Amino acid sequence: MSAPTDTIALSPEAIDSGAVAPAAAEELHAPRGVLHDVWVIARRGLIHMKRQPEALSDATIQPIMFVLLFAYVFGGAIDVPGGGNYREFLMGGIMAQTLVFTAFGVAMSIANDRKNQAVDRFRSLPIAKGAVLGGHAVANVIKSLLPIAIMSLTGLLIGWRIRSSVVDAVAGYLLMLAFSFAMIWIGVLLGSLVATPEGVQGIAFVALFPLTFIASTFVPVSSMPGALKVIAQWNPITTLSDALRELFGNPNTPVRPGDPWPIAHPVAYTCIWIVGILVVCAPLAVRIYSKTISK
Amino acid sequence: MTTSLAIEAHGLVKRYGAKAALDGVDISVPTGTVTAVLGPNGAGKTTAVRILTTLSDATAGHATVAGFDVATQATDVRRRIGLAAQDATIDPLLTGRENLVMIGELHQLSRSEAKARAIDLLEQFTLTDAAEQVTSGYSGGMRRRLDLAATLVARPQVLFLDEPTTGLDPRARNELWAVLDTLVGQGTTILLTTQYLEEADRLADDILVVDHGKVIARGDARSLKRQVGGDNIGVTLVDEADVDRTVDLLRTCTDGDPVVDRPLRTVTAPTSSGVAGLAEVANTLAGAGLRVEDLSLRQPTLDEVFLTLTGAAIDRDDELEEAHS
Repeated sequence: MSAPTDTIALSPEAIDSGAVAPAAAEELHAPRGVLHDVWVIARRGLIHMKRQPEALSDATIQPIMFVLLFAYVFGGAIDVPGGGNYREFLMGGIMAQTLVFTAFGVAMSIANDRKNQAVDRFRSLPIAKGAVLGGHAVANVIKSLLPIAIMSLTGLLIGWRIRSSVVDAVAGYLLMLAFSFAMIWIGVLLGSLVATPEGVQGIAFVALFPLTFIASTFVPVSSMPGALKVIAQWNPITTLSDALRELFGNPNTPVRPGDPWPIAHPVAYTCIWIVGILVVCAPLAVRIYSKTISK
Repeated sequence: MTTSLAIEAHGLVKRYGAKAALDGVDISVPTGTVTAVLGPNGAGKTTAVRILTTLSDATAGHATVAGFDVATQATDVRRRIGLAAQDATIDPLLTGRENLVMIGELHQLSRSEAKARAIDLLEQFTLTDAAEQVTSGYSGGMRRRLDLAATLVARPQVLFLDEPTTGLDPRARNELWAVLDTLVGQGTTILLTTQYLEEADRLADDILVVDHGKVIARGDARSLKRQVGGDNIGVTLVDEADVDRTVDLLRTCTDGDPVVDRPLRTVTAPTSSGVAGLAEVANTLAGAGLRVEDLSLRQPTLDEVFLTLTGAAIDRDDELEEAHS
């Protein structure tokens, strides 16, 4: 125990106890199943979250700052068409933006795993197929509960209220969880295609971040010019924001004649995107992920 | 399934695009023995380890570890092996104990078994005091120790160590060697890669010398050294003027052409008779009345081995291995 810290400092006698002897065939451990392995890896993800509060800030501090910024700085200059309290309009958008950043968190974990060669360590272990990605997915859904709770509390503090039925409110929260689950696979795809944490950060800043602004997140789409308006109207972040406003009974942009289908049916359109991402993106992400780690 | 070979590989080929990292390699390691894969960076050592540990698929060829096919029975292989990669692959955000418990659980131990095992290994690798510290604060030596402990969590039958002593100080290296001796004494089969003939000689029953993805020589250290002309005797003279006479004298009592470095006043010549050869040189030089500052017997370096085996100096081709490290 008094050995210098930079040496192997291990005497052969110390391990002569047999504690490192190879296992006999009958001592091998039977597989405990995919759920066990997924949970072990998810627990690691949650410990990472606990130990890396700075990486959590995009899911905690940042949305709070956006709420305060828009509610108190810009909010006064923004009118909600059809009337209504801007702060209540804002919350659906902020929640949607926060959920989109789930993808960023996942992509960072995947890129970090590759950087630290954790991927190789896991792959040399007898773990169930898909357990590593499953573990990331579970950890990140749990992780996304935190910003959802923080957003709800911040909203309550600035005057946001759920004004709909219990069923609609529950549907709103379920929609958030489902969207966050879909975002995980975008994150896996991004983390697999972009190998480094720095690269992931770059992409998030030039692609993900603007996408959350060309939407009804903070301002009504109707105020945007031509092409931008069309992009925003078909942007699922717009419809997620609108869907949450609808489900929570908050002020929403009124649907005008001539508005495209997504604007008139935000819940349905958002669900189509969620299903689409899960059907198309998830298998693709898994395939690209397995390809990139097994070279 | 019952084989006396813990590792058996035939014609392993791995191509990255047009480049062959492995170009038809055969490996056979009898159970309970140590084989060293000796070669420079870029020779294909890491690629071979990655294929044998199921991390990478071979482009062609076939390999079994502990009797199971690495390509089709990967999980069976993984249950029986431990891998210490070139860089310690421990989780920087987890504590030492959490790392070992997680790996134990992923080796399908129960949580309580994994915890007990972690405590044992931390104790044996003198990491108990640092057990609750996050490993990003560990020193290089501590990370290596934890990495090796992690490799041993499931009591592997076959251990793969990719350049285990690179970056360790001599004392740490000696201690690691002693640990490996113990493991071998307990029946573990080990395949390790190294750039040092000395290390291969010290640890391995059998040595494969690889270069450009091919095995260019194999055998035990003695036969290998015989192939490269044995050890080297180095003479450092007090007076540079004596160099030529020394060269003439060494020709009579060593086994090859002496190499001269005039500014350093050294003459080096190969010998196949080890210490006896050294004694003969000492007597010859003393008899001629030459003043000798230093006289040494040392093993050929990897460079000298390569020079002899390939007739060319090591082509330091680092790109290939770095590309996928």
